[in-house]
Amino acid sequence: MGEIKQIKNLKEFSTSVERFQGGHRLCPGCSHSIIVREIVNATEDDLCISTATGCLEVCSTIYPFTSWDVSWIHIGFENAAAAISGTEAMHKALARKKKGYSDKPMKFIAFAGDGGTYDIGFQSLSGAVERGHDFMYVCLDNEGYMNTGGQRSSSTPVGGATTTSPAGRVSYGEKMQKKDMTAIMAAHRCQYVAQVAPSSWKDLVKKAQKAYQTPGATYINAMSPCPTEWKFDPSMSMEVSKVMVDSCVCPLYEIEYDPQTHNYKYTVNYEPKNKLPVKEYMALQGRFKHLFKPEFSHVIDQWQRDIDAQWDYIRRRQDAGV
Amino acid sequence: MAKQHRVVWDGNMAASQAMRQAQIDVVAAYPITPSTPIVQNYSQFVADGEVEGEFVMVESEHSAMSACVGAAAGGGRVATATSSQGYALMVEVIYQASGMRLPIVMNVVNRALAAPLNIHGDHSDMYLGRDAGWINLVANNPQEAYDLCLCAFKIAEDMRVRLPVAVNQDGFLVSHTAEVGEHLEDADAYGFVGDYTAHNPMLDPAKPVTYGAQTEGEWHYEHKMRQNYALVNAVPVVEEVLKAYSQLSGRDYAPVECYQTEDADELIICMGSVVGTTTMTVDRLRKAGRKVGMVAIRLWRPFPKEALAAAIKNAKSIAVLDRSCPMGTTGALYNETAAVMVENDKSANLINYIYGLGGRDTTTEHLEGIFDDAAECTKAGKRVKPIIQTINLRGKSLSFYE
Ligand SMILES: Cc1ncc(C[n+]2csc(CCOP(=O)(O)OP(=O)(O)O)c2C)c(N)n1
Repeated sequence: MGEIKQIKNLKEFSTSVERFQGGHRLCPGCSHSIIVREIVNATEDDLCISTATGCLEVCSTIYPFTSWDVSWIHIGFENAAAAISGTEAMHKALARKKKGYSDKPMKFIAFAGDGGTYDIGFQSLSGAVERGHDFMYVCLDNEGYMNTGGQRSSSTPVGGATTTSPAGRVSYGEKMQKKDMTAIMAAHRCQYVAQVAPSSWKDLVKKAQKAYQTPGATYINAMSPCPTEWKFDPSMSMEVSKVMVDSCVCPLYEIEYDPQTHNYKYTVNYEPKNKLPVKEYMALQGRFKHLFKPEFSHVIDQWQRDIDAQWDYIRRRQDAGV
Repeated sequence: MAKQHRVVWDGNMAASQAMRQAQIDVVAAYPITPSTPIVQNYSQFVADGEVEGEFVMVESEHSAMSACVGAAAGGGRVATATSSQGYALMVEVIYQASGMRLPIVMNVVNRALAAPLNIHGDHSDMYLGRDAGWINLVANNPQEAYDLCLCAFKIAEDMRVRLPVAVNQDGFLVSHTAEVGEHLEDADAYGFVGDYTAHNPMLDPAKPVTYGAQTEGEWHYEHKMRQNYALVNAVPVVEEVLKAYSQLSGRDYAPVECYQTEDADELIICMGSVVGTTTMTVDRLRKAGRKVGMVAIRLWRPFPKEALAAAIKNAKSIAVLDRSCPMGTTGALYNETAAVMVENDKSANLINYIYGLGGRDTTTEHLEGIFDDAAECTKAGKRVKPIIQTINLRGKSLSFYE
């Protein structure tokens, strides 16, 4: 792996050339745009990007406008990985034939929501990663199909109320556990897999740079607080993100796979000094409001146990070095 | 004319060799009967170092076409192959390919669509993609599968066209039937296809491009109609390319091909491998003094309306053969023919035959029967047969729209 580039400071970030321009139509407070901007501005290399159907796509390329100052393609909801695998293959082919458009390094990224990743795009992602295309896949994980009005996905956490797993007189909302996509992608033997949150931007940029420099496919699960469907005030996005990290609902960690030794190295990148109770995270969001009724308090208790167990598991993997 | 080499190839090998000669930059594909040998042959070319481009063995046809779109937008020559269920799985993305005006070439080895599952030839898959905005050529034997595949690259990549092209061939009857044929030398074949002309390549960092934007009410209609304009106006380019190819190879092709039509009272209009059988039937009946002829549709989309109008102008009775179940109406080729007749104030007795589903045999005897039906109509001076009939269907014979 090459040397990690210097991370820009906040000032440099705010004055660097924008590759993802403002003027898009994402909701106020949407975390997708923050994550995307941090990722595309984390490298000076040329970029080719694919994006799955979803909030980011519909809001950034409404003809005749585009927010993208790099080459970008959207085909469908379930094929962002397959699409970029084709572009990356073309890059390789033209380079081999000495017919490339540029000699400078080119990086490839696929962005997709959790619907486009955990659900409908799962197969295409699995295939592209298995084939070893050199690209970074970034899941913008807002735990539901937000572009179409907040339906559940297999990333929606237990107890979350969505428009297809609503809370009601007899239901506390989503019943199924959130899929552990990061572990699934590590099991694909991606050499680099990480989870990030937009509020921890230095960590995010560092991980993006690591992913850019890792050969083959890499996966980043970017948790993306959604004011519209998680139901909090748009000004609170980064606050929600911080509490999400400090309660260990979104542990910041990475998994590096060594193809020589077949070892998985877990690293926890951030240990909260004061681990907050999940209740505090849930209380910030309307989608969990119903859980605070006495009859559903067991769901919150279960959440705490699950989050603790997950946090413990990741740290045990780190400590064991496997 | 260029030097040619004699070979025995089936339709799959013919298409594979044309793909090899075109020096494709990216092939992304997934195997399915009966087009699997194309994917296998190409894998062997790669294994033997005969292909310099990338070969991406994806995990589904949906991803195959998605990777083709990503690759073509990247800025280079792209092709694939599929059949039937694989084609059906691609459908979402074949609309994207044409909507983004990407010159992808696809060999479609035609096969029935399930249920019930059937691996044999019919045109259900070709008809499924009828409105997808691709240029569709039909190859009726292995030689044509080779020739038209080379032409397809030149048509697709022409700056006046920039649309994807499907080259259809009948499953098994063409794809797995070895015949003597001729092929060009590699240099001549590539020389004909020519170098790829880049147009808005994603991979050029000097000029970033956005592919696949969203257009709602304000623009969608304009985009689709301009796309259709490009497709309809591709007919003369197809003709031009076929003519240039004929000068090189000595083999003539046209969007609509006429056989003994000038003085024919009865015509069969058809496409695919049945064209060969119909030619033989015409020969046989001509020997017996019957005035019959055949019109073969080589270009299924864009539909060559003018050429068809000219081809049928003298006919008294016309039998149209569709190799796909029309499911609730008349066959698609019949409908096209009926429209061309109305548009040209042409009257003739028009009948439709649904034949060959799931690989059911259609022989010269069956085709003679169709010419007999048509002759009966000619004699009566009106249509005396049901609008749709079947050929070689077991059990009670069925007809529709009496
Ligand atoms: C094949 C297909 N099925 C369904 C849809 C409808 N659809 C478009 S975006 C979307 C949800 C996107 O959710 P996600 O991937 O989580 O991204 P987000 O919008 O939340 O960022 C759905 C269901 C579609 N466009 N294509």
